[in-house]
Amino acid sequence: MHLHKYEKIWLIFGTGSLVVFLLIVGYGAFWQGTHPQSHGVTIDTNNIESNEAFKPENLGLTKVEEDKYIVNIAASAFFYDLGKDEDGKSVKTIRIPKGSTVLWQAATKDVVHGFHVAGTNVNMMVEPGYVSSIETVMDKPGTYTIVCNEYCGIGHHMMYATVEVYE
Amino acid sequence: MQLAKKETVSKTSVQALPISKPESRLYMSFISVAFISLLIGGLMGLLQVLVRSGTFTLPAGIDYYQVLTVHGVILGLVLTTYFIIGFHFSLMGKTVGISLKQRKVAWIAFWIMVIGTVMTAVTILYGEASVLYTFYAPLRAHPAFYIGLALVIVGSWVAGFVNWHQLKVWKKAHPGEKSPLLAFMVTINTVMWFIASLGVAVAVLIQFIPWSLGYAETINVLLSRTLFWYFGHPLVYFWLLPAYMAWYAIIPKIIGGKLFSDSLARMSFVLFLFFSIPVGFHHQLTEPGIDPTWKFIQVTLTMMVVIPSLMTAFSLFATFEITGRRKGAKGLFGWFKKLPWKDVRFLAPFIGMLAFIPGGAGGIINASHQMNSLIHNTIWVTGHFHLTVATTVMLTFFGISYWLIPHLRGRKLTPQINRLGIIQAIIWTVGMTIMSGAMHIQGLLGAPRRSSYSEYGGGEQVTEWIGYQMAQAIGGTILFIGILLMVYIFIKLTFFAPKGVEEFPIAEEEEDAEATPAWFENWKLWIGITIALILVAYTVPVIDIIQHSPTGSVPFDFPIGR
Repeated sequence: MHLHKYEKIWLIFGTGSLVVFLLIVGYGAFWQGTHPQSHGVTIDTNNIESNEAFKPENLGLTKVEEDKYIVNIAASAFFYDLGKDEDGKSVKTIRIPKGSTVLWQAATKDVVHGFHVAGTNVNMMVEPGYVSSIETVMDKPGTYTIVCNEYCGIGHHMMYATVEVYE
Repeated sequence: MQLAKKETVSKTSVQALPISKPESRLYMSFISVAFISLLIGGLMGLLQVLVRSGTFTLPAGIDYYQVLTVHGVILGLVLTTYFIIGFHFSLMGKTVGISLKQRKVAWIAFWIMVIGTVMTAVTILYGEASVLYTFYAPLRAHPAFYIGLALVIVGSWVAGFVNWHQLKVWKKAHPGEKSPLLAFMVTINTVMWFIASLGVAVAVLIQFIPWSLGYAETINVLLSRTLFWYFGHPLVYFWLLPAYMAWYAIIPKIIGGKLFSDSLARMSFVLFLFFSIPVGFHHQLTEPGIDPTWKFIQVTLTMMVVIPSLMTAFSLFATFEITGRRKGAKGLFGWFKKLPWKDVRFLAPFIGMLAFIPGGAGGIINASHQMNSLIHNTIWVTGHFHLTVATTVMLTFFGISYWLIPHLRGRKLTPQINRLGIIQAIIWTVGMTIMSGAMHIQGLLGAPRRSSYSEYGGGEQVTEWIGYQMAQAIGGTILFIGILLMVYIFIKLTFFAPKGVEEFPIAEEEEDAEATPAWFENWKLWIGITIALILVAYTVPVIDIIQHSPTGSVPFDFPIGR
């Protein structure tokens, strides 16, 4: 099979760029730890409270130490459970100081859901039987909408929460 | 590759067999279902963009997600599969011929698919299957939805088996000759389709149907998703390769040129066969239960399609330049002016080729492991496949229709219809640029796909999104006008265009073209490598998924309003 000289140059240049590209992506993933979430931690989907993190009292924002937080979310059609406030009302907004390291952990009680802090790379599928988790630094102040971005039924677009990152 | 030169086979001229009336009836039946689907699916798309603009509510209690399910199923699965099978058959009929018996079996394929389509459509219309075309468990649709889908797939297999038989019969009658290029390409695409759809067939037959009927209590969600995406990515190449067939082997004839390289075209199709299937994990990058190393391995395999894509881009533009220069073009880019811009059979697919440049670049972003996290399940992805399948593939299919339909119907593409076609292509380009562009930007800002209009409790981000949704409504409306025009053109070409002979353009090789190596006909080798790659990419992670699987999921009906 004959290849034209220009075509060889074109293919070598293209394939070379591809190799460089994959090396960069791979370096980021394996050496800098930027893999997409993939922990394979399982949970009983019919009883997510059996996992400490998803007991009703542990849902929502928890301060672990200075600048370190955990947010636990129980997802169900069509609601993110972020725990209750002092008045016993469901929490819809959580506030985090700028620059904090946040570990997001989510599990579903029913169907597949999405969990995306819009505009950031905190973007996870939440699937029955698994704990989804990702750690990130919230370093840009502002109001972020958390959206369910995997279709979960006719109320899918009503499933959201809000995160405020303050100075 | 040098070694094989010795055993090249004798060259054959391009086959061009006449297409009989009963044959063209078969091909036209498939293509007609595709155009009916275009109209229905397009109307659904219009309703969606209007709802998402926030200014329109669906009447009569129709649910947004029901409309969305119709849109995805009828355009993504029905239109594409029917058009492609009709096109495949016409290519095979033209190059290797079809026997009476093969034609009868092909009709069986058609009717199996129609029965399946009707079953699926009825369940969706009754609101029993608002699960979108991906039907992710544990949302449960009515069993008839899954059975209908299974029938569509089985029907498409029967069509593929007929294609393989057509080539086999031809090869027996032409010993030592290389198979016609287009027949080779059709065979690659149907082999890929068969191997890939085995995955979804297993999921539907073994997991979904027993579970939806209540015979199985639970379903392994991650396994079902993995089987779906094992099929879901090659599905998009199944749409794309027929467009590539037209680009490689038909467009050169339309512009008055020759085939750039027969072996290069075959090579790129073989590479697409290899690297279309072992890559499904790049749709599952943000899922919790799959090992990241295996995700990365499949990301790497995904990116291999860049190589045949670059080969294709080179071939196409080389053909354009060579043809232009032969027509007397001067200077570095003079050949560009020699292209037949006023011929819609060229213009529509050419715009499709251009759309594939940003489309392909966006695809690389989507499949890039950690980079995927920024745009996964945002409306960026919707924007992406409206560039690739709804522009690149669709405009090429329209470009094919302008000559294929009159050829099959014994009519002519008149200058007037040609002009309408050019207007159609321009409307499509304008509408899609607005709609897909707005979707891409809105997706980067974090807005989700597959969601009805929502203000999400307010917030600056959401206000920004809604502006882009307005733009999508404008683009979507323009596209719907394009669809109406295309359906009008379809009816005109089928029933009312003046009688005559329209050419079935098939590009020929250069007089002095290098012979194609015989090893291209080694199907056992190609299929063997394909299966080996699939086993490498999937064996370990699938065993891992099964061994470490959590308790299965019971079905859920209430979320979809059943």
